[in-house]
Amino acid sequence: MTTWNEYAEEHGTLPEWPYPIRYEMESEIAADVLIVGGGVAGCHAAISAARQGAKVVLAETGNAKRSGAGGAGVDHWHGACTNPCSQVTPLAYTQACMDSAHGYTNGIVRYIVCNESWDTLLECEAMGVQIRDVHDEFKGADFRDEATKLMFAYDYQNRHVIRVWGFDIKPRLYSEMERLGVQICNRTVVTSLLTDGGRQGGRVVGATGINMRTGEFYVFKAKATIIASGGAGRLFSFAPEMTAAGTMSNMNAAGTGHAIGWNAGAEFVLMEQTGPGVLAGFGYAPYSMGNCHNTYHGVSIVDADGKEVPWFDKFGRQLQSVEERFLPGPGQPFHLGPGIGIAGYLPQYHVNDLTADLAQRIRNGEFKLPLYADLTRLSELERKCIWGMMVGNEGKTRIPIYDTLGRGGFDPNKDMLQAPVMAPENYDVSCFWVGARMPTVRSMGAGGFLVDWDLRTSLEGLYAAGTSPVFGAGCHGESHTMGRYAARKAAAYARTRPHAPIDRRQVEAQKALAYRPLRQSKQGVGWKELNAAVARVMSDYCGRYKNEVTLNRGLSLLRELKENEGAAAYAANPHELGRTLECFSLISVGEMVLQASLARKCSSAHLDFSRLDYPQMDPVEWQKLLPIRQEEGRVAVRELPLDFHLRAPYAATYEENYRRVAAASAGRS
Amino acid sequence: MSQTVYMMPNAPAPSRGMRFNPQLCTGCNSCVEVCPTDVMMPNPEKQKPPLVLYPEECWFCGACIEECPCDGAIRMLHPLGQNISVNWKRKDTGEYFRLGMKNPPPPNTTPPSGGR
Repeated sequence: MTTWNEYAEEHGTLPEWPYPIRYEMESEIAADVLIVGGGVAGCHAAISAARQGAKVVLAETGNAKRSGAGGAGVDHWHGACTNPCSQVTPLAYTQACMDSAHGYTNGIVRYIVCNESWDTLLECEAMGVQIRDVHDEFKGADFRDEATKLMFAYDYQNRHVIRVWGFDIKPRLYSEMERLGVQICNRTVVTSLLTDGGRQGGRVVGATGINMRTGEFYVFKAKATIIASGGAGRLFSFAPEMTAAGTMSNMNAAGTGHAIGWNAGAEFVLMEQTGPGVLAGFGYAPYSMGNCHNTYHGVSIVDADGKEVPWFDKFGRQLQSVEERFLPGPGQPFHLGPGIGIAGYLPQYHVNDLTADLAQRIRNGEFKLPLYADLTRLSELERKCIWGMMVGNEGKTRIPIYDTLGRGGFDPNKDMLQAPVMAPENYDVSCFWVGARMPTVRSMGAGGFLVDWDLRTSLEGLYAAGTSPVFGAGCHGESHTMGRYAARKAAAYARTRPHAPIDRRQVEAQKALAYRPLRQSKQGVGWKELNAAVARVMSDYCGRYKNEVTLNRGLSLLRELKENEGAAAYAANPHELGRTLECFSLISVGEMVLQASLARKCSSAHLDFSRLDYPQMDPVEWQKLLPIRQEEGRVAVRELPLDFHLRAPYAATYEENYRRVAAASAGRS
Repeated sequence: MSQTVYMMPNAPAPSRGMRFNPQLCTGCNSCVEVCPTDVMMPNPEKQKPPLVLYPEECWFCGACIEECPCDGAIRMLHPLGQNISVNWKRKDTGEYFRLGMKNPPPPNTTPPSGGR
């Protein structure tokens, strides 16, 4: 007996809710530093703040031991420009990111990460994460440094992306949090930020939340708060019955941090950027199908008759050997590597890839489907590294892929793993397991909190860390690094300020909203129906193409969902209650995306942003950031140059800004 | 064939997430405790395997299995719609295999790199 259905059928009765019900019970939890979100950014932030001597509370929707997008593991670590083997400087890497994104990414974060991600990785090593080939399994490989035993990915010459055995990185962070006395509040859905005097735009002084197992209400009181939560993976599409197995963003990704920040009056940028929803989960189990992207970078792809698909560099030169796939070619100072939160790369920084006209060559019969990933064509060490080191440590691969396919009899020394069978145009991205592109499904882009050189948001007392909450921020290692950095700043701030009083009216209002779904008629919609309706509004009215009318209609429809069906939504237990409250977060994030889209009155190739009423692509006068916030419930928009981080009040260079902030808090975690 | 037939809802998703082996599972609920999305609930009967209540919220990360102290007590079950897609071809013989096939090739027992 395993499922609820089996239990009910065997017993003829329903199992009672297994946890004590504590509706309406309230607990106050005080901290110097409160962290919202227990993914890798939040956990590393908690460790860093605790090492600064702060009393730390971490609130997490799941269980921080394994939760978050990075909770299922990691196999490579980007931006480690200060590791002893790196041939790339922090400045060169930062500039490559900024140029590739045409300015629409976060120079502050990129530069901080390049300077500190190696130090952050060393901290992970000290916690027990394997980051070197200590067992000499790969001795003599092109990608290994014999002195340090470090191993590198994508660009074996410049050596700034480090391969790591990170399948257990989350439990190791968790143990360290426990050792340092961090108070971990698992199963907590955070519902709002509390502000000084309850005023939108005031200093952030705490938060409210609900326990998803017991329904208990929490009032968090904090001198400083760090948002380290996930993205809004359920915003543009919601079909978990079909997509949960295929996505890299789990159900907890409801954009909670964005939503509570928006409602507290914080400023956001680039929320108008969305992209094709390739990771929305309508494809295949991640990494389960033949491909040559990311973790599988460099694998040979062959067709049904065993004919190999050629590799090219991004200047159109055909590569002659397997070894060249891992090296920059003429005119390429270094490769940046995929998966760092940048929509496109300049050719001089782009990794090598399959021939760009593969779709056409499939159509004209040159390559016969299905395609296969043939790992046997790699050197033994390369094959062993991809299958066993990378697949085996990357998120959702150790049990789901390495263990499962191994049990099924797959042997990379003998077998070729089939790619999905799809329409030819879907092979133009070599990450084949994401499947066919769904034209109506979008996913969030680089949007997030606007932050300064302290990773502080526009609100006093509120900091942000992590790939999702901070605009233009990167990947797994970047999240750790931001958490570690933001926590130093937040802890330093907390040392200078006492607790502010909590505004009781604000708490009571939040409490009433939090318990409303329990008091409704059972005829009210459930959370899944509500979520699906939000996703429908977003995909229709804020999809690939939009105009002033559709965006305004989308806003009206979201408001209706909030005030009518949402206000009457029914929840039967604490789990459904938590998921229902997350739907209100999704509505807030949706409002923000629609408002940001209204504010940008142009189209942009760089942002994959199409306004039918303003079709001109990237006119010079619109090449800027448009920070949006709420002020007394009304939306306020201002303008900010793309290089705001190198203008007053900041210094004119990356080095000088970084020196200043480092000097301002000499303590290192 | 004389058992009582109940009105039951359809299974909530075209997947089950995982399967417990009641001979090996001790009902310690370590998996329940660690699951990021609370897919499972403790069984009302002590020492029995947990109940999969929300299979549609499982994102197939494997945390339950990594946490499980009893090797083999939990098996991940990818949706059949995905298992049927995971195919491979043996290069030398041209044989086709797929995940979950009836007479699979012998398991590949090579441990992952790192020795853990």
